[in-house]
Amino acid sequence: MPVTLERIPGHEERVILSMGPQHPSTHGVLRLVLELEGETVVRALYDIGYLHTGFEKSFESKTYSQGITLTDRMDYLSPLSNNLGFCLATEKLLDLEIPPRAQWIRVLLTELTRIQSHLVWLGTHAIDLGAMSVFLYCFREREEILHIFESVSGQRMMTSYFRVGGLALEPPLGWLKGVQKFAKSFPERIDEYEALLTRNPIWLSRTQGVGYISADDAIAYGLSGPSLRGSGVDWDIRKKEPYSSYEKFDFKVSTRREGDVYGRYLARVEEMRQSLRIVNQAMEGLPEGPVKANAPHIVMPERESMKTSIEALIYHFKIVTEGFHPPVGEVYQIIESPRGELGFYMVSDGSPKPFRCHVRAPSFANLQALPKLIEGRLIADVVACIGTIDIVLGEVDR
Amino acid sequence: MTADLETHPALLKLREFDAQAVEDVRTFRGELTIYIRHANFLRTCEFLRDEPSLRFSFLADLTALDLYPQEPRFEVVYHLLSLQNTQRLRLKVRVSGDDPHIVSAISVWPSANAFEREVFDLFGIKFAGHPFLRRMLLPDEWEGHPLRKDYPTEGYR
Repeated sequence: MPVTLERIPGHEERVILSMGPQHPSTHGVLRLVLELEGETVVRALYDIGYLHTGFEKSFESKTYSQGITLTDRMDYLSPLSNNLGFCLATEKLLDLEIPPRAQWIRVLLTELTRIQSHLVWLGTHAIDLGAMSVFLYCFREREEILHIFESVSGQRMMTSYFRVGGLALEPPLGWLKGVQKFAKSFPERIDEYEALLTRNPIWLSRTQGVGYISADDAIAYGLSGPSLRGSGVDWDIRKKEPYSSYEKFDFKVSTRREGDVYGRYLARVEEMRQSLRIVNQAMEGLPEGPVKANAPHIVMPERESMKTSIEALIYHFKIVTEGFHPPVGEVYQIIESPRGELGFYMVSDGSPKPFRCHVRAPSFANLQALPKLIEGRLIADVVACIGTIDIVLGEVDR
Repeated sequence: MTADLETHPALLKLREFDAQAVEDVRTFRGELTIYIRHANFLRTCEFLRDEPSLRFSFLADLTALDLYPQEPRFEVVYHLLSLQNTQRLRLKVRVSGDDPHIVSAISVWPSANAFEREVFDLFGIKFAGHPFLRRMLLPDEWEGHPLRKDYPTEGYR
């Protein structure tokens, strides 16, 4: 039996409504059970698991390098952030130093990922609330970013471009031209979205005061990322616990005090501008050098060197057939994904496969606040609240 | 490395508060893991959350490990974050494989709710005091708990 709400005696007139899992505004396969009195939501419950694929179990039967391809498919709107989290966790286990050029490119690409993920969020959030054209504009810009991903990794979405020890390969010549073109045109595109929404009376009436959560409640319910910053908590992992040399970049953490759907909207729009600043800095200061760490037993050798060097051939054989052995231990590596705190809890028993790899998915934690946001409000606000916590069901269900 | 983690403020305060609660301490790559005895667990959590110099108010993550065939078989793992001090801490509680159960932490951190349901679903560890402890990711009629080490990854069950 799917999860449902029990009727409360004396309130037989209330309607129990099952919303989803195929409802278009649930952004995937989220099912909500709502108890309605008229149009007001009295109680709410969420039901997940429709996309459960057992990633955490699969990690245990794959080598570390093979595990990277699974991470793309968790949060399918920000594959490179997931790649980064997984690689950083493994590198922390191995205590591996990554060359600066690889770190810079990682930062550049994950910030582009943040922008494109926020673009999908903005587009779908706007279309849920009736602003059709924003959706089309957002997806136009997102496509440009996906072209950049395709040029560096060969894939638009399932990139698997970050590897343990650096990048899969040196990006192609001239790839920065595409990034420059995008970075040049994007600021006025954000102005365009803001012109359509920020002072639009319909948008304001649908978002202001809707889905309010206080800072204390947001912390208690485990909200993270822009959803937490929208409630006035100044917490960004890129600033507070920098990884992959984020401490060398100059950007502002966008915090809003409103705590409602509108506040989180402004926080994310500002975050896109800040991400673009980081992209520009990363392009300007991009260091020269290798994109892979000097660790032949972990990093795959170059194809060419395998034809001339017996050591390279042996290492290649060992990595492909067996993998590498991190020391026994456990790490919890966090990154600021577009949705919040993405954590990889990686436990190694010394074998080439993780003993356990648990993913702290920001969407999974953020979803807990949803009943709190919608109870007592109109049913029309439910779609606004689902949009505002920006969940990806692939990551919720894993 | 080990020496300065022994003087970690959270560990010092915790020992001061209740020396019995700390069962074991491990460090790896600069991360501190404290094993807490089950009997002292909720009190310890409340202390870590409320102590003004610590304020581990954010439960970042909750999961479990299956150490089959060792006994005690399970470890429930809590990742805490202090927003005030930008400090992280890992708590672990050992749980026996025979009728595994542990007290729920929802009263301390409401965000434990979904994580505990997930652990119940995938490991079969019961959380005493959880208001809605039923399967979350798998259907109710599912047999077994997939993240246990004796659960096969392939083949016909």
